[in-house]
Amino acid sequence: MTSTHSPALPDSPAEPAGAPRQAAGGDPLVIAGRSFTSRLITGTGGAPSLRILEDALVASGTELTTVALRRVSPDAEGSVWDLLRRNGIRPLPNTAGCFTAGDALRTARLAREALETDWIKLEVVADDRTLLPDPVELLDAAERLVDEGFTVLPYTNDDPVLARRLEQVGCAAVMPLGAPIGSGLGIRNPHNIELIVEQAGVPVVIDAGIGTASEAALAMELGCDAVMLATAVTRAQDPVLMARAMRDAVAAGRAARRAGRIPVRRYAQASSPAVD
Amino acid sequence: MDVIINGERRAVSPRTTVEEVVRSLTREPGGVAVALNDEVVPKAGWATTEVGENDRIDVLTAVQGG
Repeated sequence: MTSTHSPALPDSPAEPAGAPRQAAGGDPLVIAGRSFTSRLITGTGGAPSLRILEDALVASGTELTTVALRRVSPDAEGSVWDLLRRNGIRPLPNTAGCFTAGDALRTARLAREALETDWIKLEVVADDRTLLPDPVELLDAAERLVDEGFTVLPYTNDDPVLARRLEQVGCAAVMPLGAPIGSGLGIRNPHNIELIVEQAGVPVVIDAGIGTASEAALAMELGCDAVMLATAVTRAQDPVLMARAMRDAVAAGRAARRAGRIPVRRYAQASSPAVD
Repeated sequence: MDVIINGERRAVSPRTTVEEVVRSLTREPGGVAVALNDEVVPKAGWATTEVGENDRIDVLTAVQGG
């Protein structure tokens, strides 16, 4: 028997014992020609500290993470930009806080300059109470940003028609909500999410509403290509543990989707041979 | 002369540049963008762009969000 010599892997990150491995290479998420191993996109809002945020992001395995753009505060401690850079996480600036297409364009242009990326998570919301997307302003902003050369990932309603229109104007993905931002209500209209997935020619990322791991898994089982969440992790009692749970849930939901679930039956179907 | 920096009126000396305004706010100009009267000033132009009387200068950076 010949022994094969296997060289030590260079600097492979330590995995906690028993943690499932991310699907390596075989099943990447591809957005605008860029491949990601992780199908979990995270936000950074709501974390109790930058230290806990960093630990949670690393535990989540995310490779793409949103940041907001705000006025520089002279007494800010630490920088989320540095945090992402040192962990090799790609920043995805958002236009949170914008209510009109004009606001969103200004914010996107500043974000491109600040973060040296033309990727933008487009958010144009209608009011502070629901933070629901304003479909008219959203579509207008998306079209103009695409024309300006941005790679646009719009946060949208769970409306299959609007999702189609966003794709038609050139968005690189569509990000329908499961429920309002920060609500933890889960996926309120799974049927619409399935309709969006069925027709989409770009990745579908469930965005907002996810409260716990089973809901992230459900999004993937419905056929979403990725899950975007923030509050569910950053405001969990143990953000790092929840980040790990979300990583595993997204991987499990994706695997279940690819595996093809059994049909639902009304009556039992014996799984053991009949007694002779 | 007076300018408005991040929403606050401030007196600056004539011929102050965008670069000097940024440096007065942060020592870490990485990850920062500047709008002068709502128009983006690319980093390459900070040192040569002077601010004028009553100009609005917004200096923004990435923060936790989303």
